[in-house]
Amino acid sequence: MLDLIYKYVSPQTLAWLIVAFPLAGALLNGIHSLLAGRFHFKPSKVFTSILGVGLPFFSFAVTLIIFATLIGFPQGQEPTMITGPLFEWAATQGLSITFGLKLDQLSLVMALIVTGVGSLIHLYSTGYMAHDEGYARYFSHLNLFLTFMLLLVLGDSLVLLFVGWEGVGLCSYLLIGFWFEDPYKAYCGKKAFIVNRIGDTGFLLGMFLIYTALAGADLPAEQHQNQFFNFEVIRHFSAYLLPAATPICLLLFLGAVGKSAQIPLYVWLPDAMAGPTPVSALIHAATMVTAGVYMVARLSFLYVMSPFAMEVVAWTGAITALFAATIGLLQTDIKKVLAYSTISQLGYMFLALGVGAFSAGIFHLMTHAFFKALLFLGAGSVIHALGGEQDITKMGGLKERMPITCWTFVIASAAIAGIFPFAGFFSKDAILWHTFHGGHISLWLIAFLGAGLTAFYMFRLVGMVFFGEPVMKAAQWMKVHESPPSMASVLMILAVLSAVGGWIGIPYALGGGDHLQEWLAPVFAKTVGVIEIGSHATEIVMAVLSLLWALHFVILAWVIYAQRKEWPARMAGRLRLLYRLVFNKYWIDEIYNFLIVRPLIWTSEKFLWGIMDVRLIDQFGVHGTGRMMLVWNRLVTLMQTGVVQQYLFFFVVGVILIIWGMLFK
Amino acid sequence: MITLNHYLILAALLFCIGIFGVIVRRNILIILMSIELMLSAVNLVFIAFSRYLGGLDGHVWVFMVLTVAAAEAAVGLGIIVAVFRNKETVYVDEVKELKG
Repeated sequence: MLDLIYKYVSPQTLAWLIVAFPLAGALLNGIHSLLAGRFHFKPSKVFTSILGVGLPFFSFAVTLIIFATLIGFPQGQEPTMITGPLFEWAATQGLSITFGLKLDQLSLVMALIVTGVGSLIHLYSTGYMAHDEGYARYFSHLNLFLTFMLLLVLGDSLVLLFVGWEGVGLCSYLLIGFWFEDPYKAYCGKKAFIVNRIGDTGFLLGMFLIYTALAGADLPAEQHQNQFFNFEVIRHFSAYLLPAATPICLLLFLGAVGKSAQIPLYVWLPDAMAGPTPVSALIHAATMVTAGVYMVARLSFLYVMSPFAMEVVAWTGAITALFAATIGLLQTDIKKVLAYSTISQLGYMFLALGVGAFSAGIFHLMTHAFFKALLFLGAGSVIHALGGEQDITKMGGLKERMPITCWTFVIASAAIAGIFPFAGFFSKDAILWHTFHGGHISLWLIAFLGAGLTAFYMFRLVGMVFFGEPVMKAAQWMKVHESPPSMASVLMILAVLSAVGGWIGIPYALGGGDHLQEWLAPVFAKTVGVIEIGSHATEIVMAVLSLLWALHFVILAWVIYAQRKEWPARMAGRLRLLYRLVFNKYWIDEIYNFLIVRPLIWTSEKFLWGIMDVRLIDQFGVHGTGRMMLVWNRLVTLMQTGVVQQYLFFFVVGVILIIWGMLFK
Repeated sequence: MITLNHYLILAALLFCIGIFGVIVRRNILIILMSIELMLSAVNLVFIAFSRYLGGLDGHVWVFMVLTVAAAEAAVGLGIIVAVFRNKETVYVDEVKELKG
């Protein structure tokens, strides 16, 4: 099979095709949409669906082929492939940037997630967006997103990663504000874009630091060929980055904090829920927001050089995990709950990276992509069925009307809550175990607490949406329907993945082979100086402990929110202050508004616009130049009397001055 | 004894008188005459130097200048006639169509 394929195309060409397929889809759909707008015809839905869904699936198939090729490599040979430069993008005297792809264990896992989950979500979108005006535009943006995301994970240099990074940011902006007729949604898009810019500043500065450190070190030119941003080069010369490792890692991490919605830059992600739900599933849960995790994992060899940066990563992750989980407890918008849950889970990934368990972080990234995509798509199915209703207090008992959505949602919730044997159990346990194992007891405690809260808010959601008594009116109740097959089938596939996806990472302690870690280990740097406590027996005990911990919260939430609906209100009455604090999301948005946004707007309006622009530039600069010209004009006209003798007089004076100058110089 | 300097000073005086006439007098005919005066001053310098250095270059240039002066006078007088026909005046300060 593989031989047959490689008779006709080279592996390098195949690698490029992974990126090229979605790009073609984006271009064709984009042109289609633009032409439709220009010449006032209705864009063809069939054409868009075939291209927009088919090409990502092609891309996924190609990724699978390459994956099959690479795992077929003989023992002892790294399953890694680079395409080499396709072309040289920029060349200056001291720097050369080439366009090349690199497929190693890490980027392959990422590419499989992106194309696999991505194609499924594309398929789902054909059902979800079926009645939307901007169908072709939607698919062109979604395909473009896939292109940039693949460039991000497959690019062989930091610059390409950054190109993808900015590209997915752009697509995120376009898709959050997809229904831009609504000013609030357009505002949410802008918010996401601007908050991300803050992080990207750090990312860029970190890249510059890497360049200055490497370019200033007088390295042998034949070994780097001025490609200072190439991962291989950075890794090879990473010792030269040691003095600057802490600032580099922290600045790059700032980029990750923005993109992956960690404290303090997480505020854009809940608002990003204004976009269509499949977009939230693909971009704001499964793939784009994990770009920061990927970046840190990719540069693990840099991060291990700076224990301080690792500490910062771990603490940011742990605190975010707990913080976002508490906010998730009281949200009433189904998508907002999931958004805070995403922030919290991303926190777990960063915690794993921070304690040096890079493969555990990627493992959780993968399982999270499955179950969080499923949760969002399930929520989308509910929203679709209820005609746009997102408030969970108005739902309830939906199990009767939409069983597929309900049970897949329950599976995903069990996965995220960490119930054995669903995917999340293994990945979250790997993180908790490595945190504990590495001696970070306080971090482990925070994460453990967060895990319980995760179970609680997820099953609160399940209880309020699918179980209990329906609260809506009978007429509306009758209109609720199960989603079309295009959506339901995707839900079922993802449910299977959420159930069994964790089995590739079952640790040795539980009788598994820890395959994912074995597979990823060569890519990651080893952390040094880790205190290792506990043994296999401890690991099993810990796993059981966290399972019980999650399980008791699951039952608690189920009981409270599905059966005793009056309890939460009584609890809220008892703890009014705490309730208001959490319900209002700790007023973080308000604080940011007060401290940053409003002063910024004030200075912009009053000073930059009112004084600088209107007074200085307009009055003085633009109009001033005009007035100046008029004044000079008057002066010069005064000389133009028309009397020839005056002209002659000036002429003579001029000659005398010239002669004077020549004689008495 | 009349030296080169005497000639040169005389020429300079003549030239300045010419300039003065051009700038100050209103009558366009007098202005033309003043210009002739300036040309004569230049001729005087040429002749003086020619004589002083013992060459013939200066003489040749004087003929050149005389020719040009004759042509100039012809053109100038033609312009004056044209101006008088149009404006009925020979005073330059009454002809100022070029005012800005």
